[in-house]
Amino acid sequence: MYELLKNLDRRWIFLMMLLCVSVPILLQSRFPEKPTGLAQAVFDEIDQLEEGDRVLMAFDFDPASEGELGPMATAFSYHCASKKLRMYYMALWPVGPQMIDEAIRNVVETDFPDLVYGEDYVNLGFKSGGEGVIKVITTDIRQLYTTDALGTSIDAIPMMQGVDNIRQMDLIVNVSAGTAGTKEWVQYAVTPYPEDLRIVAGCTGVQAPLLYPYIPDQLPGLLGAIKGAAEYEELVMSKYGEDVMAGIYSEARRRMGPQLIAHLLMIALIIAGNVIYFTDRRRGGR
Amino acid sequence: MQRTTIISAVVMGLAGLFLVFRVSTGSMGKAYVRATPQVVDAQHPEGHWQTEAPAAPAEYWRAEAAAPGQQEVRFSWSHTLGLWVAAFFTLAILSFMYCDNPVYKVAESVVVGVSAAYWMVVGFWEVIVPNLLGKLMPGTIKAWAMPGLEAETEWVYLVPLTLGVLLLWRLSPKGGWISRWPMSFIVGVFCGLRLVTFIHADFLSQIRNTIIPLTVFSDQGFMFWDSVRNILVVLSVLVCLVYFFFSIEHKGAVGKTARAGTWVLMITFGAAFGYTVMGRIALLAIRLEFLFDDWLWLVDPNGKRVVEEAASLILGSGMVG
Repeated sequence: MYELLKNLDRRWIFLMMLLCVSVPILLQSRFPEKPTGLAQAVFDEIDQLEEGDRVLMAFDFDPASEGELGPMATAFSYHCASKKLRMYYMALWPVGPQMIDEAIRNVVETDFPDLVYGEDYVNLGFKSGGEGVIKVITTDIRQLYTTDALGTSIDAIPMMQGVDNIRQMDLIVNVSAGTAGTKEWVQYAVTPYPEDLRIVAGCTGVQAPLLYPYIPDQLPGLLGAIKGAAEYEELVMSKYGEDVMAGIYSEARRRMGPQLIAHLLMIALIIAGNVIYFTDRRRGGR
Repeated sequence: MQRTTIISAVVMGLAGLFLVFRVSTGSMGKAYVRATPQVVDAQHPEGHWQTEAPAAPAEYWRAEAAAPGQQEVRFSWSHTLGLWVAAFFTLAILSFMYCDNPVYKVAESVVVGVSAAYWMVVGFWEVIVPNLLGKLMPGTIKAWAMPGLEAETEWVYLVPLTLGVLLLWRLSPKGGWISRWPMSFIVGVFCGLRLVTFIHADFLSQIRNTIIPLTVFSDQGFMFWDSVRNILVVLSVLVCLVYFFFSIEHKGAVGKTARAGTWVLMITFGAAFGYTVMGRIALLAIRLEFLFDDWLWLVDPNGKRVVEEAASLILGSGMVG
């Protein structure tokens, strides 16, 4: 056994990982989710807003991280639409508008047909420039946004009346896959204007450890990776989604099944690797 | 013949047979769209087109049950081709797990090429047109590309135009050094922007965030776990700072504190590794979900192929497109 594990071809490990992720997907395994403090904080920040409050939905991600962040974007849109908040979608990533379109098509248009484009939600589209865009729109949104994503003049959109800059937003909801993303929103928008702006975010697993130092003063709530998404999804759906518990509104919780099995494999492999290392050392191999 | 070659040939052969069987029974890899007629406006009824949004197979079956031969929800060759191409490239990239191979190389090159082309197109339509040409020639741009544009000429945008031209001077056989001027401008601006922001958002704010009470009291009295958390935060910051303080040799008490700093750093790296693993597994899960759900139709978590009573009749009569 020792020799087998020591000389195990890495492709067997890849195969085991493939099976660990595939089987729960094929069996549609689901496990209960208990929300933690950070997910609860994100939920509370949005839930305490009143009907008609303005929320900037900054979707800074692309299809490469859609597996982790798509369910967050869906749950954020559902939560805000359920509360009848006014949603201002924008993206700092070039493929972000497609992610916005998907959220609008799958959530807003499908489950909230009474919401009107331009009055209840608007898609401002992508702007190039990353943190430069954030810096500009904190003082003058019309400097960069002259039209929405469909080419309609900003001044012809009812919900843009009276909006001169994003400091007039009641909350920023950011879904972030990297740079520009949550870190830049915290640095360039929230920190300089702590009295005006608050932010909650969902981010990839790779980013999450880099954002923890901003919690809780600069970043009250954070959803880290698919686990955070599953917890938030549980909170939103348990309060607002009795009728639509299946389908796209259970994506994050569904993807926790493969996570559990794959993590068990990872733990087993780490233990096996350490056992081999120490056994090898005891035998004088190194 | 090598054993690995035999194994891979057998696996690919079985997978091919499985695909042939599924395709021949019409139970995988089809995409449908919902077509919505659009008109330019009431004054131009002759100007019309259709938008197509993805539709679930169940929507198509339902529509066919209600009105056979309808065209609102229909089978889409282009979307189906896209589905198969996406499945092929997913498998091509995953094939690198077995070994480096030409199919993987092709997929990798396509990704690089498509990304570069996409960035060029996005750069033109999202930056140069609205942010530069739209400011300098708003009338022309409004008539040509952005009907909603309402702006007046801003001559100050001649400055970025000039800097942009100077930047491209690098491609010229002579005078390439001219591109250093706009490059210096870019570097200077971003240094200034990021320096101020970093000092404010990271340096000063992080010091402020570390000044927290070591014993936490609330209306309910002493908060034990909140106090433990705050003490851990402050101690962790201090021992990590000692680890990075190299002006004193790490011996004795300083050495032990630095050692504790190492432990804190290791725990942080472990947490980051755990998060990274979780992220990567999620990415694998969605690709497999795509293969099993959208392509192979083996699972249906979103109810896209839930066949209701009426549609079952169509399925039974073989009308499913």
